Amino acid sequence: AALTDGLRSQVSAALKEGRVTPTELCQRCLALIKSTKFLNAYITVAEETALKQAEESEERYKRGQPLGILDGIPIAVKDNFNTAGIETTCASNMLKGYISPYNATVVQKLLDHGAVLLGKTNLDEFAMGSGSTDGVFGPVRNPWSYSKQYKEKSVPKSLSEDEESDWVITGGSSGGSAAAVSSFTCFAALGSDTGGSTRNPAAHCGVVGLKPTYGLISRHGLIPLVNSMDVPGILTRCVDDAAVLLGSLAGHDPKDSTTIQDDFTPFELPNLTDVSKLSIGIPKEYDAPGLSSEILALWSKAADLFKNAGAKVVEVSLPHTRYSIVCYHVLCTAEVASNMARFDGLEYGHRSDVKDSTESMYAATRREGFNDVVRGRILSGNYFLLKQNYEKYFVKAQKVRRLIANDFVKVFRSGVDVLLTPTTLSDAAPYTEFIQEDNRTRSAQDDILTQAANMAGLPAINVPTALSERGLPVGLQFIGRSFQEKQLLTVAKWFEKQVKFPVIQLEEVKRHDSGVFQHQKSASFS
Amino acid sequence: QKLSVDVLDHLEHLALVDFRDSEGVERLQKAIQFAEQLQEVNTDGVEPMDSVLEDRWCLYLREDDVTEGNCTKELLENAREKVEEYFVAPPGNIPLPKLEERETFLQSS
Repeated sequence: AALTDGLRSQVSAALKEGRVTPTELCQRCLALIKSTKFLNAYITVAEETALKQAEESEERYKRGQPLGILDGIPIAVKDNFNTAGIETTCASNMLKGYISPYNATVVQKLLDHGAVLLGKTNLDEFAMGSGSTDGVFGPVRNPWSYSKQYKEKSVPKSLSEDEESDWVITGGSSGGSAAAVSSFTCFAALGSDTGGSTRNPAAHCGVVGLKPTYGLISRHGLIPLVNSMDVPGILTRCVDDAAVLLGSLAGHDPKDSTTIQDDFTPFELPNLTDVSKLSIGIPKEYDAPGLSSEILALWSKAADLFKNAGAKVVEVSLPHTRYSIVCYHVLCTAEVASNMARFDGLEYGHRSDVKDSTESMYAATRREGFNDVVRGRILSGNYFLLKQNYEKYFVKAQKVRRLIANDFVKVFRSGVDVLLTPTTLSDAAPYTEFIQEDNRTRSAQDDILTQAANMAGLPAINVPTALSERGLPVGLQFIGRSFQEKQLLTVAKWFEKQVKFPVIQLEEVKRHDSGVFQHQKSASFS
Repeated sequence: QKLSVDVLDHLEHLALVDFRDSEGVERLQKAIQFAEQLQEVNTDGVEPMDSVLEDRWCLYLREDDVTEGNCTKELLENAREKVEEYFVAPPGNIPLPKLEERETFLQSS
């Protein structure tokens, strides 16, 4: 069976037919998490509660009353979502030891559908970054670093060099979630996406990364970065699974007044065969400086794929694209400055021992709790919000935001259904190379292709497309119309079927724990 | 234009976060420089955009019905310093010490 068949026809079917039980599935995933610990994808593994959830799921299957496709399915959640009774750290010293008193709405919904929560995944501190390298628990390693496909293409190192040193990053900031899905330790994971944080690591780790339309999925319980752009992100191994997850998560939440009130109906994706009525837009400004020739070629090949299948493929223009990263930089730091103000040590999280005054206690707490990246963004944001700077930077950025959003409106109004662009400028960089530039520079470079969609609130998805010369995943991005996820995912699914992205061959894992891996594989692909 | 110590001090006060070292200050300088590019864009007659949902939705108010609460115990659990049902804070109304008096990297600039 193909990789693209997913939950509905594989694991969920196996659970329903009793070929595998939820506890067996859970145990295998937990064992795999242990044997892939070197990836550092998980911050917290909730072994006891996961097994309990799996047992409850098993009871339901025995009674013939499963809650749906997600019943008994092991999932992972990025560590910036609140999870009741489980530590939520945002990979920061500020929240080490913070045990959430409630579940984020999206977490609650997954649990209500019977999903098994394996644990919390690693990220850049407070989701600020594009490498998943700047968290307090250390960087996440891309599972593809240990794949046969990557090792075959690597320049042979001398025996004296540490073999471990050429591992590549996952991208970020939802790197832990992407790595978890990519290495088979879970069947789906939640990420967050503010500037590309779900799509970027999805591209680097060879998984599907969906950023839903702003306002479709509740942010209640997602520790906020930029309230006007944040969305929960969905990471899965195939597009069909993303649709399943979306179905269980989308809809109005009275606890999040920024969710739209329209009714949401979960959908199954049709198997598109005729693309002749489709109009694909290719925004020329996405041929951005720094785009690798490899990815440019792949993007062109993809456009041809649609053209040869009968779709209308047109070049379009989004003239303000090159300003979106600057605009994002100002709006993001401004909202961050506001959102991070809640961390003062008084009600939760780290608290300094300083007792002289409230202000000095707050200052010391924040001094001790936040890393350079977070502090840097807070200070920048405060600068842009100073009375003398407010109009010049913050309001100006808000005006530019409107221009960016309007660019998309114009293009979609001209008859284009979906836009096709690259997701990243290149394949995953080696860690040692990535850390040579600072976080802000990297984010500015890496977010360039993804964050305009956040600016405009549009849905966007990364679909793994092919392997690069170095044997690493490269993905392409589809951007759709507001709230038209069904159309977006239908096109993405068609494309996924055409490209037949290869399965990762994890040699290291195979060596360490071949039994588990084989069973895992057979449960997914038998 | 180099940022004056006054502005940097003011920011440390507002943000209650420190620059830590010269790298921190440089980071801000670079951030401001980067943001200057916005001035290239012609925004005459363009309204600022607060939310992408501005057409679809007016921020609504719900009925003032109590639907949840009574979770004092859970909320207090995550606080380090508490007494009965109170969060305990150090004395307020004491401003952060002036630049000359507090420990900050900015003193040396």
